[in-house]
Amino acid sequence: MTPRERLKAEAAKRVLIFDGAFGTQIQSRKLQEADYAGNLGLSADQKGNNDILALTRPDVISEITRAYFEAGSDVVSTNTFSANIISQADYAAEHLVAEINLASGRIARALADEYEAKDGRPRFVAGAIGPTNKTLSLSPDVEDPGFREITFDYLVDVYHQQAAALVEGGADFILVETIFDTLNAKAAIFAIRKLERELGRDVPIMLSMTLTDLSGRNLSGHTVEAFWYAVRHANPVTIGLNCSFGAEQLRPHIQLLSRIADTLLLAYPNAGLPNELGEYDEEPHTTAGLVSEWADHGQVNILGGCCGSTPEHISAIAAAVAGSAPREIPRPATVTRLAGLEPFTLAA
Amino acid sequence: MTTPTGSQFVNIGERTNVTGSARFKKLVMADDYAAAVEVARQQVDNGAQIIDVNMDEGLLDAVHAMTTFLKLIAAEPDIARVPVMIDSSKWDVIEQGLKCVSGKPIVNSISMKEGEEAFLEQARKCMDYGAAVVVMAFDETGQADTKQRKVEICARAYDLLTGIGFPPEDIIFDPNIFAVATGIEDHDRYGLDFIEAVREIKARCPHAKTSGGLSNLSFSFRGNETVRRAMHSVFLYHAIPAGLDMAIVNAGQLDIYDQIDPVLREACEDVILMRPVAGDATATERLIDLAESYKGQDPVAEKQAAEWRGWPVEKRLEHALVKGIDADIVSDTEEMRALTEQRGGRPIEVIEGPLMDGMNVVGDLFGSGQMFLPQVVKSARVMKKAVAHLIPFIEAEKEEGAKAKGKIIMATVKGDVHDIGKNIVGVVLQCNGYEVIDLGVMVPWPKILETTKAEGADMIGLSGLITPSLDEMVTVAEEMQRAGMTMPLLIGGATTSKVHTALRIEPAYTGPVIHVLDASRAVGVASKLLSDTLRDDFVAEVAADYAHVRDVRAGKVQSDLLSLQDARANGFVADMSDKSAPPLEPGIHVFEDWSLADLRECIDWTPFFRAWELHGTYPAILKDEVVGESAQSLFEDAQAMLDRIISEKWLTAKAVCGFWPCARDGDDVTIHLETEDHVVIPFLRQQVKKSRDRANYCLADFIDPVGDWIGGFAVGIHGIDEHSARFQAENDDYSDILLKALADRFAEAMAERLHQHVRTDLWGYSPAEQLTNEALIKEQYRGIRPAPGYPACPDHSLKPILFDLLDAPGNAGLTLTESYAMWPTSAVSGFYFSHPDSSYFGVARIGRDQLEDYAARRGVDLSTAERWLRPNLD
Repeated sequence: MTPRERLKAEAAKRVLIFDGAFGTQIQSRKLQEADYAGNLGLSADQKGNNDILALTRPDVISEITRAYFEAGSDVVSTNTFSANIISQADYAAEHLVAEINLASGRIARALADEYEAKDGRPRFVAGAIGPTNKTLSLSPDVEDPGFREITFDYLVDVYHQQAAALVEGGADFILVETIFDTLNAKAAIFAIRKLERELGRDVPIMLSMTLTDLSGRNLSGHTVEAFWYAVRHANPVTIGLNCSFGAEQLRPHIQLLSRIADTLLLAYPNAGLPNELGEYDEEPHTTAGLVSEWADHGQVNILGGCCGSTPEHISAIAAAVAGSAPREIPRPATVTRLAGLEPFTLAA
Repeated sequence: MTTPTGSQFVNIGERTNVTGSARFKKLVMADDYAAAVEVARQQVDNGAQIIDVNMDEGLLDAVHAMTTFLKLIAAEPDIARVPVMIDSSKWDVIEQGLKCVSGKPIVNSISMKEGEEAFLEQARKCMDYGAAVVVMAFDETGQADTKQRKVEICARAYDLLTGIGFPPEDIIFDPNIFAVATGIEDHDRYGLDFIEAVREIKARCPHAKTSGGLSNLSFSFRGNETVRRAMHSVFLYHAIPAGLDMAIVNAGQLDIYDQIDPVLREACEDVILMRPVAGDATATERLIDLAESYKGQDPVAEKQAAEWRGWPVEKRLEHALVKGIDADIVSDTEEMRALTEQRGGRPIEVIEGPLMDGMNVVGDLFGSGQMFLPQVVKSARVMKKAVAHLIPFIEAEKEEGAKAKGKIIMATVKGDVHDIGKNIVGVVLQCNGYEVIDLGVMVPWPKILETTKAEGADMIGLSGLITPSLDEMVTVAEEMQRAGMTMPLLIGGATTSKVHTALRIEPAYTGPVIHVLDASRAVGVASKLLSDTLRDDFVAEVAADYAHVRDVRAGKVQSDLLSLQDARANGFVADMSDKSAPPLEPGIHVFEDWSLADLRECIDWTPFFRAWELHGTYPAILKDEVVGESAQSLFEDAQAMLDRIISEKWLTAKAVCGFWPCARDGDDVTIHLETEDHVVIPFLRQQVKKSRDRANYCLADFIDPVGDWIGGFAVGIHGIDEHSARFQAENDDYSDILLKALADRFAEAMAERLHQHVRTDLWGYSPAEQLTNEALIKEQYRGIRPAPGYPACPDHSLKPILFDLLDAPGNAGLTLTESYAMWPTSAVSGFYFSHPDSSYFGVARIGRDQLEDYAARRGVDLSTAERWLRPNLD
């Protein structure tokens, strides 16, 4: 069975568990500049470059990933949210992008295989691709709305490089996450399609949108439904929402997506909304209570956490949804669906 | 409304197409992208569902123009909300365009012109970018001209595309519309071939769509707009039923099929459909001959338009008011104002003079039955816009407003939220020169009285739709009496009646109380009440009439009532071996956003026309000799608004339904919840003595005492407020009332559709039911859905019980006022009974014994029950 088929088969049995945040876990370890920089001899300060730890402190990344498997994760992501040349340029580490992704992929792969060997339950690795800090749909210059900081072709190359290294490192899927600009995601899909042709095999895509306002749109202005129609050509193995706000605010949007998306639904919200100090203080049982409601209503297939979530949150979620029936994948009618910022359906 | 037929047909705007719009081309060539973007915005504002962008012009860098324009419109949320069609004959332009579009666009077009390999390569790219695609019927040997070639090429392309996994629903075939009536005999079949090819392609290629560029068709008649428009409309009229899903067309280049000069229409149809014609001349020759007579002529409507625009400004204002045309009203009003000023007059004179003259014409036409309500409301919209323009000038002069014929306070009473009728009456009164102060809905009596005093109003008009409002009107009358008022009180609204007014309201108030049956009577009543000469006679006449009503009522030998015991003994006995099986899917079902497009299909239009006081049955009403034209025009406006409501998602239809195990217990139905709580729903029984062997019905008769199931539902249409507010801000009462009336239709359609879903799927007792919309409207199905507050179940106060069972507030966003009116206003709720013998009936009058029994069963005191059931009591 291919990873796509295996994931689908597992997801047909129960609600699967994704991982939680890396950032909060890394922060809590109070690493110093020397931990980040290692002996790579880079010209810029590395403190805060979480992704480079795969090279300089692989033990830390390994430990966090292990903690998520211990908490019950079926799918873990690689710690590579910013491991692309655009983001790494801020740390003068562009030339290390392939290495970081490769190393990160291998760490997750090794642990996934180890846990699967222990109990025979399939474990999966999602190679995580962040949105970069550039946007294809919006102009950073209010005076010149037609201006764009980057081009589609450039972004395709950026994503292609990262995805290729992740797959080589052992990722089962490429997770395009925290999608604030739908066109960025379309470039990622385009890049992965290209990679598939080069490899001559399926590289299943996971897509996860993030909402920037409570009305349910991302930064480029797409509603959840319009977003789904705009990216459905990716034939993604999962579609879903992450980050955004807490579970409570995401609820109506999950409900909607659950009804229309004919693929697995992955949701991993933040652990609530940050408090005045920017910290997430939602208790594990609170998050678990909120997200398990979605499971109770048969609205999700895979649940995890984003910013502020910890192995304790994941373990609470796993406990809360154990025994819940997984979402049944709907089979929407075959009709022409287009999208601007809003969905457009041309009924038969 | 320009779309001839077919609610799903998509008109793709061509105004952002340099080959279709000279103006757009000029703007792009001049690098004036800001203005070019405005063209796109206008197109979307005017209802374009998709915008076609084409930059294929020899002197343009098409890649640069395409990408620049697409990036610019991406920054405009009101444009970017609709999908884009990237239109170019050059693949490179298309591909660069695809890199700028964030949604899911349509590529227009690719073809097998350069062979299968290039075709599939481009198709794969479209899949990678995530785009639907228009495929031209074009192969290595050229463009398909005959029906056979069109179908063959499209079928081949379809097989190739689906073979590489291209989603069939993302394929849109363009089987080439070519010019007809060129004089070349081979071209005669082009129109018909296209239409027939569309039909076959749709059958041969499941899920694929079809499209075409319409302007080619009439190429022979360049410069003859009348003929071109007629040809386009006739063509679409026949192509859409054959399966044409979309067309690139200048919406302004279409006529309404029925309004085309019949001679021209026939001639166009002869040409397009290749119908045999009598005589020596061919169809083409005849059309060409006929075209001569239209040459250089604008279409009739435009000619008229041009004509009236040349009239003196007073006449123009009158024409605009009578015809309800608001396009130039502000500039005409301003012209009139400036003219008046020149003559030494004051701005107020514009209102008192030409505008009121125009409205008097409208009033006369309405009064004599030559104009109908929808047209009058449109006229009012024009009037309001004119007045809105003048108000700043009048205020600058600090004068009093125009002296109105009278000032009327209008309100929907406390506890009630229905206001369509009230708004219509308000508009009609304003049209006739009355000043109307509309206090809105749910207005408590103190506010009505205070405003009346503060404004020095001449009369009060009360409106309400649900039965508890009748009581509230009595309260208002009593309070007016207490406050020592003497002005007339007008009563209107669906549940009000002359009898109720005479029996309950008039005795409570010594001033004149008049029941106004419908909007068309309102002006007559108001003018008589404010006339020095007519008032006293009129008031005396009405008072005498009402006294007579009371006398008749008092002396009337009312139909005998059975004792409750006897009525129960004569209850209906249903054969419980026929009862329905338990629901397939018990529990609560929530529908957060039912497709409005689906609901549109099951709208019952007859009540819609009734809301506008156009009486007749749909669709016959559209052809009615008297009101047909008015109904047709209203219907077209309704269709155009429906298009927008659906495509722009103005409204959301929410619904909840549920099924519960229950058992009958006398006239109660006891619902057994999982929590082991019992919920008792008491029903009322007919008590009027029946002739022959007819039963005294009660809804409980349809439920099995040994165990059965009952259902409940609540549906509501959300989202109206924002649009209603916008229309009100634009002084557009017409659109506001239209929207509300349509929302009501959606609520009813939702209830009907949900009931169907319940019968066939959720409860599933009629899985094989196949009913036409007509049959649905006639309720030719098994089971009923009586609503609290309606004849079979007249007690509105059952709604809170139903709402609790369903959690209607949580599940459908519905709430109740203190009089049990539902909010939002466009809502329906009720119970489901599934027994094959269950049927609707009216409880009608009940006796004291049942009232006492019911109060005990409901656990309320007698006076509360009396208040709830007053319409059913003596």
